[in-house]
Amino acid sequence: MDVNEPLISMSSVSFAYEPSRPVLAGLDLELAPNERVGLVGPNGSGKSTILALLVGLLRPSAGQIRIFGKVRAAEADFREVRGRVGLLFQDSDDQLFCPTVAEDVAFGPLNLGMPRDRVRQIVAETLQSLGLEGYEDRMTYRLSGGEKRLVALATVLAMQPEVLLLDEPTAGLDEEATARVIEILARLPLAMLLISHQREILDRLTHRTCRLANGRLWPVLACGGGTPPA
Amino acid sequence: MRWEALGLALAGAAVAAGLAGFGPRTILARLAPLNLFMALVVLIVPLTTPGTPIAVLGPWEYSREGLQVAAAVALKGNAIVLAIMALVASMDPIVLGHALHHLGIPEKLVHLMLFSVRYFEVLRREYLRLAAAVKVRGFRPRMSRHTYRTYGYLVGMLLVRSLDRSERIVAAMKCRGFRGRFYLLDHFALTRRDLGFAVATAAFFALVAWVEWT
Repeated sequence: MDVNEPLISMSSVSFAYEPSRPVLAGLDLELAPNERVGLVGPNGSGKSTILALLVGLLRPSAGQIRIFGKVRAAEADFREVRGRVGLLFQDSDDQLFCPTVAEDVAFGPLNLGMPRDRVRQIVAETLQSLGLEGYEDRMTYRLSGGEKRLVALATVLAMQPEVLLLDEPTAGLDEEATARVIEILARLPLAMLLISHQREILDRLTHRTCRLANGRLWPVLACGGGTPPA
Repeated sequence: MRWEALGLALAGAAVAAGLAGFGPRTILARLAPLNLFMALVVLIVPLTTPGTPIAVLGPWEYSREGLQVAAAVALKGNAIVLAIMALVASMDPIVLGHALHHLGIPEKLVHLMLFSVRYFEVLRREYLRLAAAVKVRGFRPRMSRHTYRTYGYLVGMLLVRSLDRSERIVAAMKCRGFRGRFYLLDHFALTRRDLGFAVATAAFFALVAWVEWT
């Protein structure tokens, strides 16, 4: 793969849940290596749909999706993508379905066929890197909202992704949990596509922001937080 | 049927419940609903079982045979509930799920159980939210069409939401490489304690059988 090629590029992508109401209409999007892009737009404008398209949970009705230098169209193409592109869901209860934290974090690596000893090591390291030491045997459904979000992030990071797709990573969290999530995300050396309604989060975490309106993306004026990588 | 064998089984189950760490209060509290039902059995079964009458209540006769049957049912019921309490209910449901998997129970059933454990609380909260939404708008259940329709909507909405949620969960699982197979992180290991427990249990069953048949 060419180093200068974008990690992700969507060109002229269209999508509709119902044919009469198109959600995306000829959308273009590029994410460069190490770049962090924010997505804003009204509720129901299709921001989450973009993320779902990028991991192959939905298929576009028209247009092309290239990820890591290859056109991705069939389920088999996306299986490889899902190991390398991590998606953090809006509702952590959807993402944490195993009874214990350790099992949930281990789920992805086990699916990737890693040996159990290595998986245990990854679980321990990932939890530690998020300040979640000792959470291994906690029941996922008894965690607080903030803890759930961090554990959900741990389940994504345990796959050792190259790109993170974040669907409102701080929605519903209190101030302290929000600060903690932002702190952690800011430290991660990964390219990101981030949906958020909170200006300060976008300022802090992204290089540029795009607004989704009428099924297409429009650049939003530079918003601080750093400049895109050369 | 030998009363000694039944008594022995009940005593064994009670000892097991004690060893499992249940105090007498908890044990009695859990046996209470069962014995309420058993009281009904003792009251009714002797009336409908023909045999030697021991008491007459107006037009009804209490038979000795019926009383024996009812007492045996009550003893068996208590022994079974105590044993289940000690051996199954003391276990974390997740451990139970994994154990069932290792015992060769079909994967689908085990997953169904584990997912139920995980999502019961989520669905209960979803239900409470819906119920609260209905209540804050002045709904009070009555014997009316409006009440039935409201409950219908509530249950329907809960089903729709659960279905939606299950689809999002499958999506989350796919994102993490799920291809229809679960891998368990933990494996059980046979220890000395397990062997000891197995031997003791087998010896106890043999004793009960011996008392019953000799």
